[in-house]
Amino acid sequence: MPVDSKMVRRIARLARIKVSEEDVPRLEGELNAILKWIEMLDEVDTSNAEPLTSMVRMQMKMREDVVTAGQDPDAVMANAPTKDDSFYVVPKVVE
Amino acid sequence: MSDPTSLTIAAARKSLGKGEISALELTDAYLAAMERARILNAYVAETPEQARAMAKESDRRLAAGSARRLEGIPLGIKDLFATRGVHTQACSHVLDKFKPTYDSTVTANLFKDGAVMLGKLNMDEFAMGSSNETSYYGKVINPWRRKGSNAALVPGGSSGGSATAVAAQLCAGATATDTGGSIRQPAAFTGTVGIKPTYGRCSRWGIVAFASSLDQAGPLARDVRDAAIMLRSMASHDPLDTTSVDLPVPDYEAALTGDIRGLRIGIPREYRMEGMPADIDALWQKGADWLKARGAEIVDVSLPHTKYALPAYYIVAPAEASSNLARYDGVRYGLRVEGDDVISMYENTRAAGFGTEVKRRIMIGTYVLSAGYYDAYYVKAQKVRTLIKRDFDEAWGKVDVILTPATPSAAFAPGEITDPVQMYLNDIFTVTVNMAGLPGIAVPAGLDSGGLPLALQLIAKPFDEPTLFRAAHVLEDCAGFSAKPDKWW
Repeated sequence: MPVDSKMVRRIARLARIKVSEEDVPRLEGELNAILKWIEMLDEVDTSNAEPLTSMVRMQMKMREDVVTAGQDPDAVMANAPTKDDSFYVVPKVVE
Repeated sequence: MSDPTSLTIAAARKSLGKGEISALELTDAYLAAMERARILNAYVAETPEQARAMAKESDRRLAAGSARRLEGIPLGIKDLFATRGVHTQACSHVLDKFKPTYDSTVTANLFKDGAVMLGKLNMDEFAMGSSNETSYYGKVINPWRRKGSNAALVPGGSSGGSATAVAAQLCAGATATDTGGSIRQPAAFTGTVGIKPTYGRCSRWGIVAFASSLDQAGPLARDVRDAAIMLRSMASHDPLDTTSVDLPVPDYEAALTGDIRGLRIGIPREYRMEGMPADIDALWQKGADWLKARGAEIVDVSLPHTKYALPAYYIVAPAEASSNLARYDGVRYGLRVEGDDVISMYENTRAAGFGTEVKRRIMIGTYVLSAGYYDAYYVKAQKVRTLIKRDFDEAWGKVDVILTPATPSAAFAPGEITDPVQMYLNDIFTVTVNMAGLPGIAVPAGLDSGGLPLALQLIAKPFDEPTLFRAAHVLEDCAGFSAKPDKWW
Protein backbone atom coordinates (compact mmCIF):
# COMPACT_ATOMS: atom_id res chain seq x y z
CA MET A 1 0.00 0.00 0.00
CA PRO A 2 1.95 3.05 -1.19
CA VAL A 3 1.87 6.28 0.81
CA ASP A 4 1.25 9.71 -0.73
CA SER A 5 2.48 13.10 0.43
CA LYS A 6 -0.66 13.59 2.52
CA MET A 7 0.00 10.31 4.32
CA VAL A 8 3.66 11.25 4.90
CA ARG A 9 2.50 14.43 6.66
CA ARG A 10 -0.03 12.42 8.67
CA ILE A 11 2.59 9.87 9.80
CA ALA A 12 4.99 12.65 10.75
CA ARG A 13 2.27 14.28 12.82
CA LEU A 14 1.43 10.99 14.55
CA ALA A 15 5.13 10.42 15.24
CA ARG A 16 5.52 13.99 16.54
CA ILE A 17 8.38 14.74 14.18
CA LYS A 18 8.37 18.07 12.39
CA VAL A 19 8.96 17.49 8.69
CA SER A 20 9.62 20.40 6.36
CA GLU A 21 7.70 20.61 3.08
CA GLU A 22 10.86 20.10 1.02
CA ASP A 23 11.56 16.81 2.87
CA VAL A 24 8.15 15.32 2.09
CA PRO A 25 8.94 14.08 -1.46
CA ARG A 26 12.19 12.42 -0.33
CA LEU A 27 10.46 10.68 2.59
CA GLU A 28 7.61 9.62 0.35
CA GLY A 29 10.07 7.95 -2.02
CA GLU A 30 12.05 6.24 0.76
CA LEU A 31 9.03 4.98 2.66
CA ASN A 32 7.49 3.61 -0.53
CA ALA A 33 10.71 1.82 -1.49
CA ILE A 34 10.75 0.10 1.92
CA LEU A 35 7.03 -0.69 1.87
CA LYS A 36 7.33 -2.12 -1.65
CA TRP A 37 10.14 -4.42 -0.53
CA ILE A 38 8.09 -5.53 2.48
CA GLU A 39 5.27 -6.53 0.11
CA MET A 40 7.30 -9.71 -0.46
CA LEU A 41 5.52 -11.04 2.63
CA ASP A 42 2.27 -11.26 0.66
CA GLU A 43 3.66 -14.47 -0.90
CA VAL A 44 3.73 -16.19 2.50
CA ASP A 45 0.74 -18.29 3.51
CA THR A 46 0.22 -17.45 7.17
CA SER A 47 -3.24 -18.98 7.51
CA ASN A 48 -1.88 -21.68 9.83
CA ALA A 49 0.30 -19.44 11.97
CA GLU A 50 -0.48 -17.56 15.15
CA PRO A 51 1.43 -14.31 15.69
CA LEU A 52 4.57 -14.90 17.72
CA THR A 53 4.20 -13.29 21.12
CA SER A 54 7.04 -14.79 23.16
CA MET A 55 10.34 -16.48 22.48
CA VAL A 56 10.38 -18.87 25.35
CA ARG A 57 7.32 -20.28 27.02
CA MET A 58 7.54 -19.21 30.61
CA GLN A 59 5.35 -18.34 33.50
CA MET A 60 5.17 -14.64 34.26
CA LYS A 61 6.60 -14.10 37.70
CA MET A 62 4.56 -12.54 40.50
CA ARG A 63 6.08 -10.32 43.11
CA GLU A 64 4.97 -8.63 46.29
CA ASP A 65 3.12 -5.39 45.61
CA VAL A 66 5.54 -3.21 47.53
CA VAL A 67 7.59 -0.14 46.74
CA THR A 68 11.14 -1.22 45.87
CA ALA A 69 12.50 2.02 44.45
CA GLY A 70 11.61 5.69 44.39
CA GLN A 71 11.40 8.43 46.97
CA ASP A 72 14.36 10.05 45.31
CA PRO A 73 13.02 13.03 43.35
CA ASP A 74 16.50 14.47 42.85
CA ALA A 75 17.65 11.37 40.99
CA VAL A 76 14.45 11.28 38.95
CA MET A 77 14.75 14.96 38.02
CA ALA A 78 18.52 14.94 37.53
CA ASN A 79 18.36 14.95 33.73
CA ALA A 80 15.33 17.18 33.16
CA PRO A 81 16.14 19.90 30.60
CA THR A 82 13.86 22.38 32.41
CA LYS A 83 12.49 22.00 35.91
CA ASP A 84 11.04 23.96 38.77
CA ASP A 85 11.86 22.35 42.09
CA SER A 86 10.60 18.75 41.69
CA PHE A 87 8.38 19.54 38.71
CA TYR A 88 8.95 19.18 34.99
CA VAL A 89 8.18 22.34 33.10
CA VAL A 90 6.17 22.12 29.87
CA PRO A 91 4.54 24.78 27.69
CA LYS A 92 1.07 25.73 28.82
CA VAL A 93 -1.40 22.96 27.86
CA VAL A 94 -4.63 24.22 29.48
CA GLU A 95 -5.98 27.71 28.88
CA MET B 1 56.53 -7.52 29.38
CA SER B 2 55.67 -6.84 25.73
CA ASP B 3 52.64 -4.72 24.85
CA PRO B 4 50.03 -5.52 27.52
CA THR B 5 47.20 -4.61 25.12
CA SER B 6 48.05 -7.68 23.07
CA LEU B 7 46.86 -9.96 25.89
CA THR B 8 43.54 -11.75 25.56
CA ILE B 9 41.26 -11.67 28.60
CA ALA B 10 42.31 -15.22 29.48
CA ALA B 11 46.01 -14.29 29.20
CA ALA B 12 45.57 -11.04 31.13
CA ARG B 13 43.72 -12.90 33.87
CA LYS B 14 46.72 -15.21 34.22
CA SER B 15 49.30 -12.40 34.20
CA LEU B 16 47.33 -10.39 36.73
CA GLY B 17 46.95 -13.45 38.95
CA LYS B 18 50.68 -14.11 38.90
CA GLY B 19 51.49 -10.47 39.53
CA GLU B 20 53.40 -10.14 36.23
CA ILE B 21 51.44 -6.99 35.54
CA SER B 22 49.23 -4.79 37.71
CA ALA B 23 45.68 -3.87 36.83
CA LEU B 24 46.73 -0.23 36.80
CA GLU B 25 49.56 -0.90 34.32
CA LEU B 26 47.16 -2.81 32.10
CA THR B 27 44.55 -0.04 32.26
CA ASP B 28 47.16 2.65 31.60
CA ALA B 29 48.40 0.75 28.54
CA TYR B 30 44.85 0.75 27.13
CA LEU B 31 44.26 4.42 27.98
CA ALA B 32 47.45 5.29 26.08
CA ALA B 33 46.41 3.12 23.13
CA MET B 34 42.99 4.83 23.07
CA GLU B 35 44.61 8.23 22.96
CA ARG B 36 46.78 7.25 19.99
CA ALA B 37 43.80 5.73 18.14
CA ARG B 38 41.35 8.64 18.34
CA ILE B 39 41.33 8.83 14.56
CA LEU B 40 39.34 5.57 14.55
CA ASN B 41 36.60 7.33 16.56
CA ALA B 42 35.79 4.15 18.50
CA TYR B 43 35.16 5.91 21.83
CA VAL B 44 32.66 8.72 22.31
CA ALA B 45 33.65 9.18 25.95
CA GLU B 46 36.88 8.14 27.66
CA THR B 47 36.74 7.67 31.43
CA PRO B 48 40.40 7.51 32.52
CA GLU B 49 39.79 8.65 36.10
CA GLN B 50 37.14 6.04 36.76
CA ALA B 51 39.22 3.41 34.97
CA ARG B 52 42.25 4.09 37.15
CA ALA B 53 40.18 4.09 40.34
CA MET B 54 38.62 0.76 39.37
CA ALA B 55 42.03 -0.67 38.44
CA LYS B 56 43.48 0.39 41.80
CA GLU B 57 40.64 -1.37 43.59
CA SER B 58 41.39 -4.46 41.47
CA ASP B 59 45.04 -4.31 42.48
CA ARG B 60 44.00 -4.17 46.13
CA ARG B 61 41.84 -7.25 45.64
CA LEU B 62 44.50 -9.10 43.69
CA ALA B 63 47.02 -8.41 46.45
CA ALA B 64 44.53 -9.54 49.10
CA GLY B 65 43.84 -12.77 47.22
CA SER B 66 40.17 -11.92 46.74
CA ALA B 67 40.16 -11.42 42.98
CA ARG B 68 36.83 -11.75 41.22
CA ARG B 69 36.20 -13.35 37.81
CA LEU B 70 37.08 -10.34 35.69
CA GLU B 71 39.37 -8.62 38.18
CA GLY B 72 41.23 -5.77 36.50
CA ILE B 73 40.10 -6.58 32.94
CA PRO B 74 39.66 -3.30 31.00
CA LEU B 75 36.49 -3.22 28.93
CA GLY B 76 34.82 -0.79 26.55
CA ILE B 77 31.07 -0.26 27.00
CA LYS B 78 28.71 0.41 24.11
CA ASP B 79 26.99 3.79 24.51
CA LEU B 80 23.62 1.97 24.65
CA PHE B 81 24.28 0.71 28.20
CA ALA B 82 23.38 2.99 31.09
CA THR B 83 26.48 3.76 33.17
CA ARG B 84 26.00 5.82 36.29
CA GLY B 85 27.20 9.41 35.92
CA VAL B 86 28.76 8.70 32.53
CA HIS B 87 27.80 9.67 28.94
CA THR B 88 24.90 7.41 27.85
CA GLN B 89 23.24 8.68 24.69
CA ALA B 90 22.83 5.72 22.32
CA CYS B 91 24.95 8.05 20.15
CA SER B 92 21.91 10.25 19.57
CA HIS B 93 21.59 14.01 19.89
CA VAL B 94 18.12 13.55 21.41
CA LEU B 95 19.75 12.24 24.62
CA ASP B 96 21.98 15.32 24.78
CA LYS B 97 23.95 15.46 28.07
CA PHE B 98 22.08 12.45 29.52
CA LYS B 99 23.94 10.88 32.43
CA PRO B 100 21.96 8.12 34.11
CA THR B 101 21.73 7.86 37.89
CA TYR B 102 21.93 4.05 37.67
CA ASP B 103 23.82 1.24 35.92
CA SER B 104 22.38 -1.27 33.47
CA THR B 105 22.19 -4.79 34.89
CA VAL B 106 24.77 -6.07 32.39
CA THR B 107 27.38 -3.41 33.23
CA ALA B 108 26.62 -3.74 36.96
CA ASN B 109 27.27 -7.50 36.62
CA LEU B 110 30.59 -6.86 34.88
CA PHE B 111 31.72 -4.29 37.45
CA LYS B 112 30.63 -6.59 40.30
CA ASP B 113 33.00 -9.17 38.79
CA GLY B 114 35.87 -6.70 38.86
CA ALA B 115 35.93 -5.38 35.27
CA VAL B 116 37.36 -1.90 34.62
CA MET B 117 35.47 0.54 32.39
CA LEU B 118 37.66 2.42 29.90
CA GLY B 119 34.90 4.48 28.30
CA LYS B 120 31.80 4.48 26.12
CA LEU B 121 31.88 3.15 22.59
CA ASN B 122 30.53 4.66 19.41
CA MET B 123 27.58 3.00 17.65
CA ASP B 124 24.88 3.65 15.08
CA GLU B 125 22.27 6.00 16.55
CA PHE B 126 19.88 3.92 18.69
CA ALA B 127 21.58 0.82 17.23
CA MET B 128 19.91 1.50 13.87
CA GLY B 129 22.45 0.82 11.17
CA SER B 130 24.89 -1.69 9.72
CA SER B 131 27.91 0.55 9.10
CA ASN B 132 28.24 2.87 12.10
CA GLU B 133 27.61 5.83 9.81
CA THR B 134 24.43 7.01 11.60
CA SER B 135 26.08 8.00 14.90
CA TYR B 136 25.63 11.61 16.00
CA TYR B 137 29.33 11.44 16.96
CA GLY B 138 30.53 10.60 13.48
CA LYS B 139 31.47 7.40 11.75
CA VAL B 140 33.83 4.79 13.15
CA ILE B 141 36.79 3.67 11.01
CA ASN B 142 37.59 -0.02 10.66
CA PRO B 143 41.23 -0.72 11.60
CA TRP B 144 41.35 -3.12 8.64
CA ARG B 145 42.15 -1.83 5.16
CA ARG B 146 42.09 -3.57 1.83
CA LYS B 147 45.51 -4.91 0.77
CA GLY B 148 47.55 -2.12 -0.80
CA SER B 149 44.92 0.54 -0.12
CA ASN B 150 44.64 3.46 2.28
CA ALA B 151 40.90 3.86 1.78
CA ALA B 152 38.76 3.81 4.92
CA LEU B 153 36.29 0.99 5.52
CA VAL B 154 33.29 0.78 7.84
CA PRO B 155 33.50 -1.54 10.86
CA GLY B 156 29.88 -2.64 10.43
CA GLY B 157 27.15 -1.76 12.85
CA SER B 158 25.51 -1.05 15.00
CA SER B 159 28.25 -2.13 17.46
CA GLY B 160 30.95 -0.61 15.22
CA GLY B 161 32.80 1.15 18.05
CA SER B 162 32.88 -2.09 20.05
CA ALA B 163 34.22 -4.07 17.09
CA THR B 164 36.86 -1.49 16.18
CA ALA B 165 37.99 -1.15 19.79
CA VAL B 166 38.43 -4.92 20.13
CA ALA B 167 40.15 -5.34 16.75
CA ALA B 168 42.50 -2.39 17.32
CA GLN B 169 43.27 -3.53 20.91
CA LEU B 170 41.71 -0.46 22.52
CA CYS B 171 40.05 -2.68 25.14
CA ALA B 172 40.36 -6.30 26.20
CA GLY B 173 36.73 -6.91 25.29
CA ALA B 174 33.58 -4.88 24.75
CA THR B 175 29.88 -5.02 25.47
CA ALA B 176 27.59 -4.87 22.46
CA THR B 177 23.96 -5.45 21.55
CA ASP B 178 22.30 -7.25 18.67
CA THR B 179 18.77 -6.60 17.37
CA GLY B 180 19.22 -7.87 13.79
CA GLY B 181 22.93 -8.60 13.56
CA SER B 182 24.56 -5.68 15.39
CA ILE B 183 27.08 -7.88 17.21
CA ARG B 184 27.76 -10.53 14.58
CA GLN B 185 28.04 -8.35 11.46
CA PRO B 186 30.65 -5.94 12.95
CA ALA B 187 32.49 -8.95 14.40
CA ALA B 188 32.65 -10.39 10.87
CA PHE B 189 33.90 -7.07 9.42
CA THR B 190 36.72 -6.75 11.96
CA GLY B 191 37.98 -10.30 12.48
CA THR B 192 36.63 -10.49 16.02
CA VAL B 193 34.26 -12.90 17.80
CA GLY B 194 30.74 -11.79 18.67
CA ILE B 195 27.91 -13.76 20.22
CA LYS B 196 24.27 -12.84 20.49
CA PRO B 197 22.93 -15.07 23.23
CA THR B 198 19.42 -16.49 23.44
CA TYR B 199 16.72 -13.85 23.95
CA GLY B 200 16.26 -13.62 27.71
CA ARG B 201 19.80 -14.68 28.66
CA CYS B 202 21.03 -11.16 29.45
CA SER B 203 18.85 -8.61 31.19
CA ARG B 204 17.77 -5.69 29.01
CA TRP B 205 17.31 -3.45 32.03
CA GLY B 206 19.22 -0.21 31.61
CA ILE B 207 19.96 -0.81 27.93
CA VAL B 208 18.41 1.93 25.78
CA ALA B 209 15.52 0.11 24.09
CA PHE B 210 15.32 -0.24 20.30
CA ALA B 211 13.08 -3.27 19.53
CA SER B 212 12.25 -4.96 22.80
CA SER B 213 11.31 -8.39 21.42
CA LEU B 214 14.62 -8.63 19.52
CA ASP B 215 17.28 -6.73 21.54
CA GLN B 216 19.92 -8.81 23.32
CA ALA B 217 23.26 -7.88 24.84
CA GLY B 218 26.39 -9.91 24.20
CA PRO B 219 30.18 -9.58 24.14
CA LEU B 220 32.58 -8.71 21.34
CA ALA B 221 35.95 -10.30 22.02
CA ARG B 222 39.23 -11.36 20.45
CA ASP B 223 38.53 -15.07 20.59
CA VAL B 224 35.89 -17.61 21.54
CA ARG B 225 37.29 -18.20 25.02
CA ASP B 226 37.18 -14.48 25.85
CA ALA B 227 33.59 -14.29 24.60
CA ALA B 228 32.71 -17.24 26.85
CA ILE B 229 34.38 -15.58 29.85
CA MET B 230 32.55 -12.30 29.26
CA LEU B 231 29.11 -13.79 28.64
CA ARG B 232 29.23 -15.71 31.91
CA SER B 233 29.54 -12.41 33.76
CA MET B 234 27.06 -10.49 31.60
CA ALA B 235 24.23 -13.04 31.80
CA SER B 236 21.90 -13.23 34.78
CA HIS B 237 18.31 -13.55 35.81
CA ASP B 238 17.00 -10.11 36.63
CA PRO B 239 13.66 -9.37 38.31
CA LEU B 240 13.80 -5.92 36.64
CA ASP B 241 13.38 -7.50 33.17
CA THR B 242 10.40 -9.85 32.99
CA THR B 243 11.76 -11.40 29.78
CA SER B 244 15.03 -12.36 31.44
CA VAL B 245 15.04 -16.08 32.07
CA ASP B 246 15.39 -17.70 35.46
CA LEU B 247 17.95 -20.32 34.48
CA PRO B 248 21.39 -20.81 36.01
CA VAL B 249 24.27 -19.32 34.00
CA PRO B 250 26.59 -22.13 32.91
CA ASP B 251 30.38 -21.97 33.00
CA TYR B 252 30.75 -21.42 29.26
CA GLU B 253 34.51 -21.74 29.37
CA ALA B 254 34.15 -25.28 30.68
CA ALA B 255 32.26 -26.13 27.48
CA LEU B 256 35.39 -25.50 25.35
CA THR B 257 36.44 -29.16 25.27
CA GLY B 258 37.64 -29.26 21.67
CA ASP B 259 35.53 -32.36 21.12
CA ILE B 260 32.71 -32.20 18.58
CA ARG B 261 32.65 -35.87 17.61
CA GLY B 262 29.11 -36.87 16.71
CA LEU B 263 27.81 -33.28 16.75
CA ARG B 264 25.30 -32.81 13.93
CA ILE B 265 25.91 -29.63 11.94
CA GLY B 266 23.13 -28.37 9.67
CA ILE B 267 23.81 -26.60 6.36
CA PRO B 268 20.67 -24.65 5.38
CA ARG B 269 20.33 -24.59 1.61
CA GLU B 270 18.35 -21.32 1.61
CA TYR B 271 21.44 -19.42 2.78
CA ARG B 272 23.07 -19.99 -0.61
CA MET B 273 22.02 -16.60 -1.95
CA GLU B 274 22.19 -15.49 -5.54
CA GLY B 275 25.12 -13.19 -6.17
CA MET B 276 26.97 -14.28 -3.02
CA PRO B 277 30.74 -13.64 -3.42
CA ALA B 278 32.68 -16.80 -4.33
CA ASP B 279 35.07 -16.22 -1.40
CA ILE B 280 32.21 -16.51 1.07
CA ASP B 281 30.69 -19.57 -0.56
CA ALA B 282 34.10 -21.28 -0.57
CA LEU B 283 34.71 -20.39 3.08
CA TRP B 284 31.35 -21.82 4.06
CA GLN B 285 32.24 -25.12 2.37
CA LYS B 286 35.63 -25.07 4.03
CA GLY B 287 33.99 -24.56 7.42
CA ALA B 288 31.79 -27.61 6.91
CA ASP B 289 34.84 -29.66 5.84
CA TRP B 290 36.82 -28.58 8.90
CA LEU B 291 34.08 -29.55 11.31
CA LYS B 292 33.57 -32.85 9.51
CA ALA B 293 37.28 -33.61 9.81
CA ARG B 294 36.93 -33.13 13.55
CA GLY B 295 34.23 -35.77 13.75
CA ALA B 296 31.03 -33.77 13.27
CA GLU B 297 28.29 -34.99 10.97
CA ILE B 298 27.23 -32.60 8.21
CA VAL B 299 23.49 -32.62 7.47
CA ASP B 300 21.55 -30.68 4.83
CA VAL B 301 18.61 -28.81 6.33
CA SER B 302 15.95 -26.52 4.95
CA LEU B 303 14.80 -23.22 6.47
CA PRO B 304 12.24 -22.26 3.82
CA HIS B 305 11.18 -18.90 5.28
CA THR B 306 14.71 -17.48 5.44
CA LYS B 307 14.21 -14.80 2.78
CA TYR B 308 11.12 -13.43 4.53
CA ALA B 309 12.94 -12.78 7.81
CA LEU B 310 14.41 -9.45 6.76
CA PRO B 311 11.22 -7.81 5.40
CA ALA B 312 9.32 -9.09 8.46
CA TYR B 313 12.05 -7.64 10.66
CA TYR B 314 11.60 -4.26 8.96
CA ILE B 315 8.02 -4.24 10.19
CA VAL B 316 8.55 -5.59 13.71
CA ALA B 317 11.70 -3.62 14.60
CA PRO B 318 10.51 -0.17 13.41
CA ALA B 319 7.09 -0.78 15.00
CA GLU B 320 8.65 -1.49 18.38
CA ALA B 321 11.14 1.34 17.92
CA SER B 322 8.41 3.88 17.17
CA SER B 323 6.81 2.93 20.46
CA ASN B 324 10.04 2.81 22.49
CA LEU B 325 11.33 6.11 21.12
CA ALA B 326 8.08 7.93 21.92
CA ARG B 327 9.62 8.71 25.31
CA TYR B 328 12.03 11.27 23.83
CA ASP B 329 9.78 14.26 24.20
CA GLY B 330 12.03 16.99 25.56
CA VAL B 331 10.43 16.87 29.02
CA ARG B 332 12.17 14.35 31.25
CA TYR B 333 15.69 14.12 29.82
CA GLY B 334 17.84 15.01 26.86
CA LEU B 335 17.41 17.65 24.22
CA ARG B 336 14.61 20.19 24.27
CA VAL B 337 13.78 22.58 21.45
CA GLU B 338 11.05 25.03 22.41
CA GLY B 339 7.95 25.64 20.30
CA ASP B 340 4.72 27.65 20.35
CA ASP B 341 2.86 24.96 22.28
CA VAL B 342 3.53 21.57 23.78
CA ILE B 343 3.02 19.67 20.50
CA SER B 344 5.34 21.90 18.51
CA MET B 345 7.89 21.55 21.34
CA TYR B 346 7.70 17.74 20.90
CA GLU B 347 7.92 18.01 17.13
CA ASN B 348 10.82 20.46 17.15
CA THR B 349 12.72 18.43 19.75
CA ARG B 350 12.33 15.18 17.86
CA ALA B 351 13.10 16.77 14.47
CA ALA B 352 16.36 18.21 15.82
CA GLY B 353 17.24 15.26 18.05
CA PHE B 354 16.83 12.24 15.77
CA GLY B 355 18.99 11.52 12.72
CA THR B 356 17.72 10.58 9.27
CA GLU B 357 17.73 6.80 9.67
CA VAL B 358 16.04 6.92 13.07
CA LYS B 359 13.31 9.22 11.75
CA ARG B 360 12.79 6.94 8.77
CA ARG B 361 12.32 3.92 11.04
CA ILE B 362 10.05 5.74 13.48
CA MET B 363 7.88 6.78 10.53
CA ILE B 364 7.73 3.26 9.06
CA GLY B 365 6.87 1.94 12.52
CA THR B 366 4.21 4.58 13.09
CA TYR B 367 2.67 3.77 9.72
CA VAL B 368 2.54 -0.02 10.16
CA LEU B 369 0.97 0.36 13.61
CA SER B 370 -1.57 3.00 12.57
CA ALA B 371 -5.29 2.30 12.43
CA GLY B 372 -6.26 0.17 9.44
CA TYR B 373 -2.73 -1.11 8.72
CA TYR B 374 -1.92 -3.01 11.92
CA ASP B 375 -3.25 -6.40 10.77
CA ALA B 376 -1.81 -6.16 7.27
CA TYR B 377 1.68 -5.36 8.50
CA TYR B 378 2.42 -6.02 12.16
CA VAL B 379 0.20 -9.07 12.72
CA LYS B 380 1.31 -10.52 9.38
CA ALA B 381 4.99 -10.03 10.30
CA GLN B 382 4.50 -11.68 13.69
CA LYS B 383 2.88 -14.66 11.93
CA VAL B 384 5.84 -14.90 9.54
CA ARG B 385 8.02 -14.87 12.62
CA THR B 386 6.19 -17.94 13.92
CA LEU B 387 6.94 -19.69 10.62
CA ILE B 388 10.64 -18.76 10.84
CA LYS B 389 10.80 -20.15 14.36
CA ARG B 390 8.96 -23.29 13.21
CA ASP B 391 11.58 -23.81 10.46
CA PHE B 392 14.29 -23.84 13.12
CA ASP B 393 12.27 -26.05 15.47
CA GLU B 394 12.00 -28.63 12.70
CA ALA B 395 15.72 -28.40 11.96
CA TRP B 396 16.54 -29.04 15.63
CA GLY B 397 15.02 -32.49 15.19
CA LYS B 398 17.91 -33.32 12.87
CA VAL B 399 20.86 -31.17 13.93
CA ASP B 400 22.47 -29.65 17.01
CA VAL B 401 24.06 -26.59 15.42
CA ILE B 402 23.62 -24.74 12.11
CA LEU B 403 26.54 -23.32 10.09
CA THR B 404 26.04 -20.31 7.78
CA PRO B 405 28.02 -17.37 6.41
CA ALA B 406 27.87 -14.38 8.77
CA THR B 407 27.54 -11.60 6.18
CA PRO B 408 26.94 -11.37 2.42
CA SER B 409 30.19 -9.36 1.94
CA ALA B 410 33.36 -8.15 3.62
CA ALA B 411 33.61 -4.59 4.98
CA PHE B 412 32.69 -1.84 2.52
CA ALA B 413 33.60 1.85 2.27
CA PRO B 414 31.79 4.68 4.04
CA GLY B 415 29.21 6.22 1.71
CA GLU B 416 29.28 3.16 -0.57
CA ILE B 417 25.75 2.06 0.35
CA THR B 418 23.20 4.87 0.34
CA ASP B 419 20.00 2.97 -0.47
CA PRO B 420 18.31 2.00 2.84
CA VAL B 421 17.09 -1.40 1.59
CA GLN B 422 20.57 -2.27 0.25
CA MET B 423 21.98 -1.42 3.68
CA TYR B 424 19.37 -3.58 5.39
CA LEU B 425 20.47 -6.59 3.29
CA ASN B 426 23.69 -6.73 5.32
CA ASP B 427 21.75 -8.53 8.02
CA ILE B 428 20.26 -11.18 5.76
CA PHE B 429 22.11 -14.08 7.44
CA THR B 430 21.92 -12.80 11.01
CA VAL B 431 18.37 -11.48 11.35
CA THR B 432 16.64 -14.89 11.30
CA VAL B 433 18.37 -15.66 14.59
CA ASN B 434 16.87 -12.59 16.29
CA MET B 435 13.44 -13.28 14.83
CA ALA B 436 13.51 -16.79 16.37
CA GLY B 437 15.23 -15.68 19.62
CA LEU B 438 18.15 -18.09 19.13
CA PRO B 439 21.83 -17.78 20.09
CA GLY B 440 24.27 -17.10 17.23
CA ILE B 441 28.01 -16.50 17.10
CA ALA B 442 30.28 -15.04 14.40
CA VAL B 443 33.76 -16.54 14.23
CA PRO B 444 36.51 -15.14 11.97
CA ALA B 445 37.39 -17.88 9.51
CA GLY B 446 39.51 -16.40 6.74
CA LEU B 447 40.46 -13.46 4.55
CA ASP B 448 38.92 -12.54 1.22
CA SER B 449 40.97 -11.86 -1.91
CA GLY B 450 41.44 -8.25 -0.75
CA GLY B 451 42.87 -9.36 2.61
CA LEU B 452 39.75 -8.48 4.64
CA PRO B 453 38.30 -10.71 7.35
CA LEU B 454 35.34 -12.99 6.65
CA ALA B 455 33.36 -14.88 9.27
CA LEU B 456 31.11 -17.87 9.62
CA GLN B 457 28.08 -17.98 11.87
CA LEU B 458 26.97 -20.85 14.09
CA ILE B 459 23.41 -21.01 15.45
CA ALA B 460 22.17 -23.24 18.29
CA LYS B 461 18.98 -24.15 20.15
CA PRO B 462 17.62 -21.76 22.77
CA PHE B 463 19.92 -21.61 25.83
CA ASP B 464 22.34 -24.09 24.28
CA GLU B 465 25.21 -21.58 24.34
CA PRO B 466 27.52 -24.28 25.76
CA THR B 467 27.20 -26.33 22.53
CA LEU B 468 27.46 -23.14 20.48
CA PHE B 469 30.72 -22.17 22.20
CA ARG B 470 32.07 -25.72 21.90
CA ALA B 471 31.48 -25.80 18.15
CA ALA B 472 32.74 -22.21 17.69
CA HIS B 473 35.93 -23.03 19.58
CA VAL B 474 36.66 -25.96 17.24
CA LEU B 475 35.82 -23.85 14.19
CA GLU B 476 38.21 -21.15 15.43
CA ASP B 477 40.90 -23.75 16.00
CA CYS B 478 40.50 -25.18 12.49
CA ALA B 479 40.45 -21.76 10.82
CA GLY B 480 43.57 -20.70 12.70
CA PHE B 481 42.69 -17.06 12.03
CA SER B 482 45.63 -15.05 13.33
CA ALA B 483 45.70 -12.07 10.96
CA LYS B 484 45.75 -8.60 12.52
CA PRO B 485 45.20 -5.24 10.89
CA ASP B 486 48.36 -3.21 10.20
CA LYS B 487 48.68 -0.57 12.87
CA TRP B 488 48.47 2.46 10.57
CA TRP B 489 46.88 4.84 13.09
